[in-house]
Amino acid sequence: MNSTIPVIEVNNLSIDYQLGKRWLNAIRDVSLRIDPFEIHGLVGESGSGKSTLALALMRYLAGNARISSGEILLDGENLVPKSEHEMRHIWGKKLSLVPQDPLAALNPSYTIGEQIAEVTRLHEGLSKQQAFSRAVELLAKVKIADPEAVVRRYPHQLSGGMQQRVTIAMALSTQPRLLVLDEPTTALDVTTQAVILDLFRDLIHDNKAAALYVSHDLGAIAQMCDRVTVMYGGEVMASAPVHPLYAAPLHPYTMGLLASIPRPTEGVETRLPTIDGVAPSLAERPSGCVFAPRCPVALPICFDEKPPLEIIDTGRMGKCHRWREIRSGELVMQTAPLEKVAASLPPDDNYVLMAGGVSKRFGSPSLFTRLVGGDSGYVQAVDDVSVRVRARSTLGLVGESGSGKTTLARSIVALEVADDGQMTLLDMPIANTLAGRSQVVLRELQMVFQNPNDTLNPYQTVGEALARTIRRLSSRAMTQTEIRAKVNDLLDEVRLTAEYADRYPAELSGGEKQRVAIARAFATDPALVIADEPTSSLDVSVQAVVLNLLKDLRAREGASYILISHDLAAVSYLADWIAVMYLGQIVEEGDTEDVYQAPSHPYTEALLSAIPAPDPTVQRGNIRLEGDVPSPRNIPSGCRFHTRCPRKIGAICEAQEPPWLDAGDGHRIRCHIPIDELIAMQSTPPDSERNEVSL
Amino acid sequence: MSRYIIRRLLLLAVTMLVTSLIIFGLTQVIPGDVAQLILGREAGEQALADFRAEFGLDDPLPVQYVNWLGGFVTGDWGRSFTSGNPAVRPLVMERLGNSMRLATMTLIISVPVSILLGVLAALWEDSWLDNLISVLSLSVVGLPEFVTGLLLINGIALGIKSLGLPATSSVPDGTLEDWIRQLILPSLTATFVLLGYIARLTRAGVLDELKKPYVRTATLKGLPYRAVIFKHVLRNALLPTITVIALSVGWLIGGLVVIENVYNYPGLGALMVDAVKQKNLLMLQAIVMVTIFFFALANLVADLLYAVLNPRIRLE
Repeated sequence: MNSTIPVIEVNNLSIDYQLGKRWLNAIRDVSLRIDPFEIHGLVGESGSGKSTLALALMRYLAGNARISSGEILLDGENLVPKSEHEMRHIWGKKLSLVPQDPLAALNPSYTIGEQIAEVTRLHEGLSKQQAFSRAVELLAKVKIADPEAVVRRYPHQLSGGMQQRVTIAMALSTQPRLLVLDEPTTALDVTTQAVILDLFRDLIHDNKAAALYVSHDLGAIAQMCDRVTVMYGGEVMASAPVHPLYAAPLHPYTMGLLASIPRPTEGVETRLPTIDGVAPSLAERPSGCVFAPRCPVALPICFDEKPPLEIIDTGRMGKCHRWREIRSGELVMQTAPLEKVAASLPPDDNYVLMAGGVSKRFGSPSLFTRLVGGDSGYVQAVDDVSVRVRARSTLGLVGESGSGKTTLARSIVALEVADDGQMTLLDMPIANTLAGRSQVVLRELQMVFQNPNDTLNPYQTVGEALARTIRRLSSRAMTQTEIRAKVNDLLDEVRLTAEYADRYPAELSGGEKQRVAIARAFATDPALVIADEPTSSLDVSVQAVVLNLLKDLRAREGASYILISHDLAAVSYLADWIAVMYLGQIVEEGDTEDVYQAPSHPYTEALLSAIPAPDPTVQRGNIRLEGDVPSPRNIPSGCRFHTRCPRKIGAICEAQEPPWLDAGDGHRIRCHIPIDELIAMQSTPPDSERNEVSL
Repeated sequence: MSRYIIRRLLLLAVTMLVTSLIIFGLTQVIPGDVAQLILGREAGEQALADFRAEFGLDDPLPVQYVNWLGGFVTGDWGRSFTSGNPAVRPLVMERLGNSMRLATMTLIISVPVSILLGVLAALWEDSWLDNLISVLSLSVVGLPEFVTGLLLINGIALGIKSLGLPATSSVPDGTLEDWIRQLILPSLTATFVLLGYIARLTRAGVLDELKKPYVRTATLKGLPYRAVIFKHVLRNALLPTITVIALSVGWLIGGLVVIENVYNYPGLGALMVDAVKQKNLLMLQAIVMVTIFFFALANLVADLLYAVLNPRIRLE
């Protein structure tokens, strides 16, 4: 260890939660140090205890939690024995939190200025006047345009990116020693995340602060952090400087996590390596190595004896019985070769779905507005969009929030009634309203929703939910036994055992719930399944399981998908055709490989550039979209993207709607810049420099 | 905002119009002949006919309705059927004044007390204090007003005579102090009805807000506990409570029939019961219109207050 005094040092910290009368161990024997100027990453899946640990570093615990042993040293001073009253002089002054969901973390009833000023008035004794002008300066520092106006606004009047800038301005207002960033970009679009990550890094360095960056996003961690600690089941699995951790992971869990990230470079016919099983709950943590039950290389000793947290190199620690074998190369992990999915027929040229000229607007003016007159602002969510899906293929729809991709999907399944547009499913014209659709159409067109927690009835068992769909939509009357058999088949398809039929959604993990939702969608043997962000609420290891499942089902059942996602890597893993949407229109579409290569629409280019690569050696693309998506109430004239376009060529972009350019093989781009020039500009797309992560 | 208020005032007018139709229709279907009822069974045909002519009871119903509504809007609320045929409006206005005094007094007592109890119960959730407040507030809500009223009369007015609180409030004159003395027991009785309701709502509101992430943000700013609670939590937790209080004003003005009877307090509710018993149609119609007006107005004020206090609500 070097001789600098760490900003924060945690030694052998254990934290328990009270559940009923029992105390359950949540954090066990964790040690961690963060040096001055260091950005320390804390990764782990949900339930790993990373958020508990992050808040515990601030000596902030839930009401039913206690620190059972260990110490937390802030500049050498132990925080553990301090009372809450004493901590109030440290919170906000030396320790600051940048929270996960900025809208929820700001008080809805006070202005931005008031909420920032509160901190400096309290800790630096500024007057009301001084504190407000300081708030304006701070907002300018986090690059908020027109800070004088923003201080007077309320949180809900700002976009997500702006809200997150406000919370960081608030956290930095007193020049704290340590910033704790708790999943600060999880709720943001990838383009906004890229801008915010740059800002964080600059500000943390400028303020000479240290930071703990908590995230489940291995890409963001790789790009942000100097050192990383990996947590699992309440324990530290590994801790290392960022480069060796990603380049040569020594812990099977770290290896599994890194391998399960979908990467755009892999072909359509491969499956992602996964980590089998689920994370243990607090009550059933194993007595040996916590990861042993899911570890592909566990030995009998791993189940019996907890490995110690050993120092491997300077600044590198690991908790595994087998790290020496892994380092020497004696033990090779089985995750490396990519499994192929079951052979399937290639996509054919018949179209399952053709939707032409679909439009949807919200908020038509009320009777009163029409009588009195005035602003009749409506939202044109989808504007004359046409999509086609070939049999046994996947159409990926990508775009930021507000791009209209979800509204388009909901219009196709008739959860929204499209104002305009013709749709045909399997060559049959279908109505735009749900009432106008026959049983057959309902059967052939199914949807998987974003959040499985909200889409399963909590008072219905999995079996009942599936049986109901079968009974309602099956083409013929079925007996109880037949239905029961079909339920079991479906569960088997999504790799759940038959016992799951009797479970309630509350007894399932997030990934299991999403598998049930997928089973429900497949209950009717549909021709087309629309999946709206099916993995965005899941952990990376669980996401890999769900993506593999979707791929297997496509091969086995011959179904087609429309996959909606903001995660371009996940889309590219599954989709063979991609449409990029911006403000209600498609700006580019084409074969997946073509879309990810030059030439690209400048918007697609920016989206790709914004993805943080899960590899610290890869420089991220440097194209950043400043500002937010314009309000769909006031769609910009000419090219809709001209207000944010980094490649804008001049007045023509503001005046004329761009033409469709043909880039070959059906690859189309809606832009004023000719194809040749786009290729020249984008000759080194951000992806081409990507190095493979060696495992 | 101003457009919203105009729209809401228009809606209020529509509400009043519908109310007038309903109340006019209802008074027509009350069984029995009004003239006979008022003049007695011995009244001769001529006397009955004169009475009907005097009060326009012979006109076709639509004419009667239009005449009544037109008069009502211009301030001529007609005359009572009772002896001497006094004008309705001053009578109703006097009683309305009394009811408003009682409502004001009730709010002054009940609002701070019940909010305080609710906040205490929430901050000490599941403690003995919380349980005590729950039991007390629920048990007084469960008791009918005539029971709590009689208990207060026997226990305080008659039991502790030295306090000098009158058991009945028959003299609507005198100094402010006299007024307050007369109002204390009736408004305490009404407070008991509101107490549990407002306290439970406040408790639930505070508990809801305490769970929200902004409370953690405020705490981790290093703010003192009382600032976290009073500045951050209460500002949001009391929003629903405030609207419920505004809504209860309508009830306090027109709905305290039982309490007014128990204390013999000359309020609007007691007058309404008399008017129904006597089939005093014009009086009844006027009272109902006034009561509904205050209900609707309280509703409007509640919505506006909510919008003013909650920056997330945009009124369009």
